[in-house]
Amino acid sequence: MKPSAFNYAKPSSVDEVLGLLSEYGDEATILAGGQSLVPTMNMRLSAPSLVIDINGLAELSGISSNGESLRIGALTRHVEIENSSEIAEHAPLITMAMPSIAHPAIRNRGTMGGSIAMADPAAEMPACLCALGAEIEITGGSGARKVAATDFFKGLYDTDLGGDEIITAIEIPKISAGYCSAFDELARRHGDYAMCGAAAHAKVDGLVISDLRLVFFAVGGTPVVAAAVGSAMADQTVDEISIAAAQHAVEDDLSPFDDLQCSATLRMHYAKELTKRILNTLVAG
Amino acid sequence: MADMIKDHILDRPNSYIGKTIPRPNAKRLLSGRGTFTDDVKLLRMTHVAFLRSTYAHAEIVSIDASAAKESNGVVAVVTGAEMAEVCSPWVGVLSHLEGLKSAPQHALAVKKASWQGEPVVAVVANTRAQAEDAIELVEIEWKELPVVTDMETALDADTPLIHPELGDNLAWRRELDVGDVDGAYANADHVIEETYISNRHTGVCLETRGILADYNPGEDQLTIYHSTQAPHMMQSLFAKHLDIEEHKIRVICKDVGGSYGIKVHSYPDEYATVALAYMLKRPVKFTADRLESFTSDIHARDHRIKTKIAVSNEGEIQAFEIDDLTGIGPYSVYPRTSGIEANQVVNLTGGQYLNPNYRAMATVVLQNKSPMCQYRAVGHPILTMITEGMVDDAARKIGMDPLEIRRKNLVPDDAYPYTAPSGLPFENLSHQASLEKLVKMMDYDGLRKDQAEAREQGIYRGIGLATFIEVTNPGPAFYGVGGAPISAQDGATMRLDAKGNVIVEIGVTEQGQGAEAVVAQCAATALGVTMDKIKVIAGDTDITPYGGGTWGSRAAGIGGEAAVQAGKALRQNIVEVAGIMLQSDPSTLDIRDNKIVDLADGKERIELSEVGRVCYYRPDTLPKDYQSELVVTRHYVPKQFPFAFTNGVQGCYLEVDTNTGFIDFKKFCVVEDCGTVINPQLVDEQVRGGVIQGLGGALLEECLYSPEGQLLNGTMADYLVPMAAEMPDIEVGHVESPTLDSELGAKGAGEAGTGGAPAVVMNAINDALNPLGGKVTVQPFTPERILQAIGKI
Repeated sequence: MKPSAFNYAKPSSVDEVLGLLSEYGDEATILAGGQSLVPTMNMRLSAPSLVIDINGLAELSGISSNGESLRIGALTRHVEIENSSEIAEHAPLITMAMPSIAHPAIRNRGTMGGSIAMADPAAEMPACLCALGAEIEITGGSGARKVAATDFFKGLYDTDLGGDEIITAIEIPKISAGYCSAFDELARRHGDYAMCGAAAHAKVDGLVISDLRLVFFAVGGTPVVAAAVGSAMADQTVDEISIAAAQHAVEDDLSPFDDLQCSATLRMHYAKELTKRILNTLVAG
Repeated sequence: MADMIKDHILDRPNSYIGKTIPRPNAKRLLSGRGTFTDDVKLLRMTHVAFLRSTYAHAEIVSIDASAAKESNGVVAVVTGAEMAEVCSPWVGVLSHLEGLKSAPQHALAVKKASWQGEPVVAVVANTRAQAEDAIELVEIEWKELPVVTDMETALDADTPLIHPELGDNLAWRRELDVGDVDGAYANADHVIEETYISNRHTGVCLETRGILADYNPGEDQLTIYHSTQAPHMMQSLFAKHLDIEEHKIRVICKDVGGSYGIKVHSYPDEYATVALAYMLKRPVKFTADRLESFTSDIHARDHRIKTKIAVSNEGEIQAFEIDDLTGIGPYSVYPRTSGIEANQVVNLTGGQYLNPNYRAMATVVLQNKSPMCQYRAVGHPILTMITEGMVDDAARKIGMDPLEIRRKNLVPDDAYPYTAPSGLPFENLSHQASLEKLVKMMDYDGLRKDQAEAREQGIYRGIGLATFIEVTNPGPAFYGVGGAPISAQDGATMRLDAKGNVIVEIGVTEQGQGAEAVVAQCAATALGVTMDKIKVIAGDTDITPYGGGTWGSRAAGIGGEAAVQAGKALRQNIVEVAGIMLQSDPSTLDIRDNKIVDLADGKERIELSEVGRVCYYRPDTLPKDYQSELVVTRHYVPKQFPFAFTNGVQGCYLEVDTNTGFIDFKKFCVVEDCGTVINPQLVDEQVRGGVIQGLGGALLEECLYSPEGQLLNGTMADYLVPMAAEMPDIEVGHVESPTLDSELGAKGAGEAGTGGAPAVVMNAINDALNPLGGKVTVQPFTPERILQAIGKI
């Protein structure tokens, strides 16, 4: 478990990062928190010839409020997000999900940008960003562009990020009046990748739900927006009947897979269980 | 017996026996000043990495190491054929496991590899990273061979043979038939059959295996730093297979970061490392990384057991029958063999119950997976799971409370000594006292009431009970009689220095469990000095008395007794000198709190340091015909019984979420009887840690293999070990039935928790699921298996 030899660069500007990326192409990789990259290098599952350490780029780090949205720098550590009162106030779903991301030692190093660039299908943040309608700010040689989170995650460990681009920030719309969020996941041990997880955001009026964006993770190659459940619950009162209908709709939304920790059958069962929990949590205030 | 021995260790004034004393090594370890094998660095040191077989079974057609030899920093590349010229092969059999067979095994695979992870080529380089770089340049042409992975079909006629020279894939079979099982079936009201499965798992040590060997040709001396439990055994084995005399090999075992039986075996990569140092005349270090640990450490507990229990309507157990099938990988592990686990299952299943009719068969087969061997509580988690599973099966069938059927059938405390149906003698066990203590601790009746109330609200809670027997303090019957070079006895050498301090050299070893602390308590108490005066040295074959090391829950019971006897003998020698110095009869003197005192009233006479001063610096003031002896050595081995069996009982109360299959522990209690408790805190820690390790196997840990023999979950992300957040608080109680085989009376405690935990959690889950008609029998009891059991998925 020792990595192959590699070159190391620690640029002092985003432009410098982009220059190295265009020069080295696929041979280069970005080091942010290193929580996924370093183990894969140690196991020799990846062997980049150049590691570009972006930890010196202060401009990529931090949380700011920007009118109707929050901006989270790509290099912002999970721990900073977890402890942010601005996030808790304006994007409570993120705060709810944070304790489920591995363990404190990992959250101390791991970054928001790293998590979404990695695009692990069982990761919490990609699903939350999809549920919240967040945008990913990507910077390349020709400047910055924004991509909706739901368009960013394209497949298993596959994103819209080009080889010569980096993620610079995430923008999350602030929660609107009358909206609530809910998060839940089922993992064998606390901090493990979930067997099934769900992030949700909806307008809630008493027991009535509308504009539900329920996003499952660990059930496919990317976060899966449960559109059928959203339709089934449009302007619905949360009760036993509507929950049963929503659980039925989950079958239209998901085609889960088998892996070492559990079967597709169990994943579907859990998705339905989480649907019930999430709906009850949303209307419980 | 305490009354019969004059000057008994348990009657000492100012005794440390039975007291919670902080372990002296804790400060060093917690301040990061421990010295684990990988911390040792020597001049001119090299690192070895192993190219391991990626196939479960494949012939080595050719090896081209030429590019690897040219790689940066490489010192040597060695193949199996080259290694075999230096290190001879071994066969993991013991003569007392009659009929056990295995094939010769090499340090590096010769001609073919038999499991994924078997070391094939060794690359020595200046750094581990350079060695790994060069491994990628070694080209091996493989020819895949048919793979044997399923133990159920391992003996079928059309299954290929792993070692054709053995004639079949059967490593060993043992059969036992005691009493009249068939007669019991004929008379029984009920005969209940079930199949239990314990899936393969492994012990995960915080410190992976590690070894650093250094050969000095100037004095023909091999010095080996080794993370091991049994330094003298390893010295003997390295000497044998490298053909070097034993006294030319020194094995030093500094701090060990957990061992659990994983480090009590000899491993091919460790022989290879030592042989490489011998060949290269340079220090060579091997530190297993986490990935290779999963495929090169021993695995354990892959068993399928068909069970039968006969019971009367009144709850009398009338017969037990088991048919145990276990797959051990391609080789029986050397030198302890891979037959012991199944042997324990046959020996001890049902042994806590008053039943004369017992039939058992164990079938041990070879397969192309990592070798299996002894891991903490060898066999006990399996045999306790099936014994206590069967007893609950019987109780459910006749509608009797699980507590009542146990009360009715346990061997009474006043029936000892007692011989189990397998012929093993039990000296003095306390199943009844332990069970009644547990019932009070856990408030059994209160829990039953809570369970009933919860059920009315659709909440499924269950109570589990599991009584158990544990083998500890093994004598030579375990390994020595079968021909293994494993010392059954251990010694302690105690030395008084000129300042009144005491050095204790001990054969048992510290693995992080607190053996040094326990030995120090015994030595200090026996001699009459305070703990701060004692220094314990363990784990060095050049220094300590010859001994067996730490395994089989023997360190406290055997090492502690050796320290007691050495301490008493040294005290005798010291008061003899003091008697001369004070012109008093030595029999009127004693040592207490570092002083020579009058035995009768404790009146202080002189400091111990004064004795040291006179003996070492002014012996001219002593009589010319007198020579003081301030160093003594005493040895101990249990002689009356082959093992000091212990017992205990675990109880747990848990809630099953019937929507998710998740388990929430509400209460977990253990009562165990390890005889004399030397250090309550350390015993409790052993029990708790053992329970957690048992729960790991019961709930989380499983080595998952593909049909091709590929380990699928060899990382800490995929192989789930227990973590604090999910584990219960564990209350520990004690009943003390000292063994009369030693003065100290201490039995072992290291494996009690592990042995009982899978059974108690299974029984509790099944008690919870019973109203739903569900039952789990396949370990680990995952959420998926629980939901399947109740038809939710």
